[in-house]
Amino acid sequence: MSESASTPVPTVAAELRAARSHVGRRLLKNPTGLVALIVLTVMVLLAVFADLLAPMDPSKANIQDVLAPAGGAHPLGADSAGRDVLSRLLFATRFSIAGALWAVLIAAVIGVTSGLIAGYYQKWFESVSVWVISIIQALPGIVVLLAARAVVGPSIWLIMAVFGVILSPAFYRLTYTAVVGVRNELFIDAARVAGVGDASIIGRHILSVVRAPIIIQAALLAGIGIAVQSGLDFLGLGDTNVPTWGQMLSDAFSRMYQAPVLLIWPSLAIALTSISLVLFGNALRDELERAAGKPKKKRRGTTGYVPDTSGDAPVVHDEERADDRPTLLAVDGLVVGYDQPDGGVKQVVNGVSLTVRKGEVHGLIGESGSGKTQTAWSILRLLPAGGRIVAGTVSFDGKDLAHLSESAMVKIRGRRIAYIPQEPMSNLDPSFTIGSQLVEPMTVTLGISKAEAKERALALLGRVGLPDPKKTFDSYPHEVSGGQAQRVLIAGAVSCEADLIIADEPTTALDVTVQADILDLLRDLQSDLHVAVLIVTHNFGVVADLCDRVSVMQNGRIVETGPARSIFRGPRHPYTRSLFDAILEDGAARGPLAHSADRNTITERSAR
Amino acid sequence: MLRFILRRLLAGVILLFVASSLAYLLLYLGAGDIARQILGVSATQEQVAAKAAQLGLDQPLIVRYVDWVGHAITGDFGASWFTSQPVVAAITSRLAVTLSLVIGTTVVTALVGTALGVWAARKRGAADRFVQIVSVLGFAIPGFLIAIFLVNVFALNLGWFKPTGFVQLSTSFPGWLSTVTLPILALSIGAIAAIASQVRGSVIDTMRQDWVRTLRSRGLSENRVLYKHVLRNAGGPALAVLAVQFVGLLGGAIIVEKIFAIPGLGPVAVDSTARGDIPLVMGLVVVTAAIVVVVNIVIEILHGFLNPKARIS
Repeated sequence: MSESASTPVPTVAAELRAARSHVGRRLLKNPTGLVALIVLTVMVLLAVFADLLAPMDPSKANIQDVLAPAGGAHPLGADSAGRDVLSRLLFATRFSIAGALWAVLIAAVIGVTSGLIAGYYQKWFESVSVWVISIIQALPGIVVLLAARAVVGPSIWLIMAVFGVILSPAFYRLTYTAVVGVRNELFIDAARVAGVGDASIIGRHILSVVRAPIIIQAALLAGIGIAVQSGLDFLGLGDTNVPTWGQMLSDAFSRMYQAPVLLIWPSLAIALTSISLVLFGNALRDELERAAGKPKKKRRGTTGYVPDTSGDAPVVHDEERADDRPTLLAVDGLVVGYDQPDGGVKQVVNGVSLTVRKGEVHGLIGESGSGKTQTAWSILRLLPAGGRIVAGTVSFDGKDLAHLSESAMVKIRGRRIAYIPQEPMSNLDPSFTIGSQLVEPMTVTLGISKAEAKERALALLGRVGLPDPKKTFDSYPHEVSGGQAQRVLIAGAVSCEADLIIADEPTTALDVTVQADILDLLRDLQSDLHVAVLIVTHNFGVVADLCDRVSVMQNGRIVETGPARSIFRGPRHPYTRSLFDAILEDGAARGPLAHSADRNTITERSAR
Repeated sequence: MLRFILRRLLAGVILLFVASSLAYLLLYLGAGDIARQILGVSATQEQVAAKAAQLGLDQPLIVRYVDWVGHAITGDFGASWFTSQPVVAAITSRLAVTLSLVIGTTVVTALVGTALGVWAARKRGAADRFVQIVSVLGFAIPGFLIAIFLVNVFALNLGWFKPTGFVQLSTSFPGWLSTVTLPILALSIGAIAAIASQVRGSVIDTMRQDWVRTLRSRGLSENRVLYKHVLRNAGGPALAVLAVQFVGLLGGAIIVEKIFAIPGLGPVAVDSTARGDIPLVMGLVVVTAAIVVVVNIVIEILHGFLNPKARIS
């Protein structure tokens, strides 16, 4: 046990170490991160060596030099008390940065410690922490600080310590979440089983995980600390004996009419430091995300992309009898691709051609990832972001949908081509009633009044087999079951009297018993409305039940196509045959079956 | 709905009670010789003792606390130690000013932040980068620095606005608008940055939802789906951020009021804390905590309006 358990620990630790050193090195190559780091380093150096660099005592007032202009003894001039601005600026850098760091240190010690304890041991400590945090956050930070200032006096260290307490929930939450996430990881269990003590686990494994997020948080909070500290001093609530950027700003503000130039230096110092802290934190986070495997973004240059449509031509079965129904949809050489961050295109559909005649049911079958849903979406021109039709045509009623403008496409969708999605629960807007989601498209596409649309919606809800149309109409999506939601979506698809319905695996997400009902409903509606259907499925039962014609898809290509009856009788492509074999394997009948018996078996299974 | 509001109110009252009790005890435990501070070093020992007795400071802390709670429930928060003005009068006369400033800023923030966020989410590319830069700057640069900058440029140099002063909203709307434009601008930039990046993120996430594709497949244009459906769903997280921003604005207003010499709660807060006027400080703590509680309830009701799942329960 300990033998096998001890292995993951060093691996994970080593990975983390590798990732960290990577991030450090990458941060230096990240231009904004590097600039921010340089600015912050310079600020810290100025703060540390303020004694050596400052030409004068920052607090030494000289009546003769009041508001002296820059130059001579005062390179940056003198303030309202005749104190040297450059010297004050250097010492202010020291105290402002130290004050902010002090607050962040206090916040980190309190927040990280309590976060570790609450996350690692949980129980009562956790609930107490939640309460304390909600009390701390019941007031604006400034108001708490002002109240504290009324008692503790103007000391920058005491005030910033109080501010550290106010900031501590940020560290608490961060650590707590990370610890809860990590404590159930395999390698922590392994370490515990291997006899490593709690303290050692926390120190070695958990702290190493939260270290980088804590640094990011600290950078952001230090910026807030500088802002708040300067703000308090600006209000005149700070210790006037300690030079800070806020003190300088306050002094300059009181003399804004005589010497507005005095505002520049403290403002610049505050803005520069705050921005650098934020940029540093952001750069560090970006690099961490990148190290975690997020690819680096490059702009695409895909206009010259040549699609790859190579591959064997599909097996085409002959028509069994003459079909004089006119062609409604003809997809020809369709290539769908997704732009990649590296500038390339990932092809998911590689030259698909298929036709759907008026009133015909065409099954598009294949395993998941074969590109059938992508084909369906590109006919509707509703591909996810980044996806596009790279080549080919989609002829529908004399128009090429692949090259139609979006505004013309809007007129086709719903009214001419409708869509039934796969997953019923995620395909209804959770914030609107089911009724309003049916009424809105009808008023838009059919131009009918709201009252008329409502009447039609209620009739449709009854037609698709919902027992209480009025109740469903007024329900929100989370108040109905998956099967009911799918009936609602079917009602929506037929509501605008489209000529073609694209149904994307309409039964896959449903319970087996509900599946049969939905298929019955689809079959009834299709024969009542004489609507053409392109049904995407991975289930030969569905095909056998509904389809006149089948296209079998594999790896973004159609491998076999023809009348359903003919393909069921004699599948010729090896992939089609393996799909049949797969059905027979998990089917009820295990014995050897003649080809001619296939169809009946499958039909029975799916319909009942 | 009513039960929901009542329950939130009860929780708010409890939080208010705990927070103000904690503040009371900490303030008085931390305070030194209050009567001496008020009278100064020149006062005699007898005068100090008399002052302490007059303020009730000779009583044990727990007695004073129970007494304070008893009066506070009836709306009596005592009187300022320095001006003898009743705390309630000192605060209510200025509360409207600060609230008009903060609520005005919140409205501007919600509108501009949402517009920027949607713009960045839709256009991506340059618009997106612009909003991200604005977000970094808005987050990093303190509001009072922006305020000082605005005063210098738009009031002192360009003369478009008066640098200081305030006109009550009830006196004249255009007058109010001209005196709060710069303060609202200064306060809102940071909050706009926060709202814009939140809206940007949740619009991008929501646009990826399956039901967006389905609604579009019904013949609704992308803009209609975006403005009617996506925005409503993305509104919940944005409201939560707005609540946090409102609390921050309440604090930020204190500093900005000083810069523009606006007679709101800011000057009261600064003066009372600088002098250690504890009754007034306590009044401010209770008032701001109460505002925060009310705002959170309002936000939750709005959230319930946007999201039916959050409505019941």
